[in-house]
Amino acid sequence: MSFDDAYDALTDHDDDTRWAYGTGFADPLAGVPTIVPDGVEPADLVAYCLMLGDDALVMSHRLQQWVTRAPELEDEMALANIGLDLLGQARLLLSRAGEVEQAGFEQAGVAQGGGTARDEDALAYLRDPGDFRNVRLAERADEDFAHLVARLLVFATWRLALLDRLTGSRDPILAAIGAKGVKEATYHREYAAGWVVRLGDGTDLSHTRMRAAVDAVEPLAGELFVPHAIELRLTAAGVAVDPSALREEYDAVLAEVHRVAALPPPPPIEAATGGAGRDGVHGPELVEILTEMQELARAVPGGVW
Amino acid sequence: MVTLAELGIVRDVAMADDGVVVTITPTYSGCPAMEAIRDDIVRALDRAGFGRATVRTVLAPAWTTDWISESGRAKLAAAGIAPPGAAPRRGAGPVPLLLGVRPNAVACPQCGHAETEQLAAFSATACRELRRCLACREPFEHVKEI
Repeated sequence: MSFDDAYDALTDHDDDTRWAYGTGFADPLAGVPTIVPDGVEPADLVAYCLMLGDDALVMSHRLQQWVTRAPELEDEMALANIGLDLLGQARLLLSRAGEVEQAGFEQAGVAQGGGTARDEDALAYLRDPGDFRNVRLAERADEDFAHLVARLLVFATWRLALLDRLTGSRDPILAAIGAKGVKEATYHREYAAGWVVRLGDGTDLSHTRMRAAVDAVEPLAGELFVPHAIELRLTAAGVAVDPSALREEYDAVLAEVHRVAALPPPPPIEAATGGAGRDGVHGPELVEILTEMQELARAVPGGVW
Repeated sequence: MVTLAELGIVRDVAMADDGVVVTITPTYSGCPAMEAIRDDIVRALDRAGFGRATVRTVLAPAWTTDWISESGRAKLAAAGIAPPGAAPRRGAGPVPLLLGVRPNAVACPQCGHAETEQLAAFSATACRELRRCLACREPFEHVKEI
């Protein structure tokens, strides 16, 4: 077989390996040791990995929906690449959640009958909306491209600040996921900020629409800075990041982008209302996403192709 | 052909009692080539008579373009892909916000002209951007510094 010819490689069936794209992905944490830091309740760490993983998974799906709908081909590629980065982060975090869940079952011992932990696929494809812990901003549908880049700016600015602090986590896997993610989120924020500036400081029409978008999206950021009880417990244990500590960096970045984009200062952020995504309270928009994302996996359980 | 070692993806190769252990690291979190890379390593070692190798993943320290070797950079340039410059260094405090042009100057891999412009921040893969030479007008890809 020639490694220079992808078609030769695909038709090389002399062993059991099938690496054609989309067929039986292996564990992205293969060979990474499973360690739960001392003094941490496994169920808390599972929930926290799901919070950060679901943020990435749901936002990634929303970005994928823009492919074939963006104003230019280059932007479809950018959005697909940003979505791919987030999907990669989601896979690591959901896999980590599954491993910690398994460790928790083993810790609880045979006395309780143990249990079988869920893997990344089960967590992504077989959970109901009420079990998703993403912030509600991630599931929100975008009215137009200006709303998308406004939402991506909010999301990426917040996530970059979060991942940057996660690099100091006592959980070595979360610290590593944070360190990789910082490099990616830096480009995500730059892309979104670039478009907010281009539209805000563009024509009268683009300015009006960009301003309407930031006025609609930015007040929704309130929930991003409200710590969940699990986040507070894990922050005290040196594992998680208290999201309320991210506000200062977030405000400074948004103010600077608005200034360069010739937009008025950012509108006030509203207090979060209507139940928290972190608690599994979501709108019909998440149901719509999951119906689309989970359809095949639920119709053909365990199916591979 | 640029090798996995030249790209800095292979971090370690060791002999264990039960065979070769190869340690690799992903370039980006979502790199879809990781499966193919893992399988290629297992196949190559098997064909070379080393039996079934074990491939381990490490996430830390995070991959950086600074790990691409000199020979890897030369091969990228020969293939028309501008190699990365030095990865950005972080000071203390938040990640700086860059609005507009990144400071790295990227020379054209076709004609060598120093002045080029960005066409798109993301290209066929997350790790590359699309640029154009202002002299010969050829578009080309550039491996972004991370």
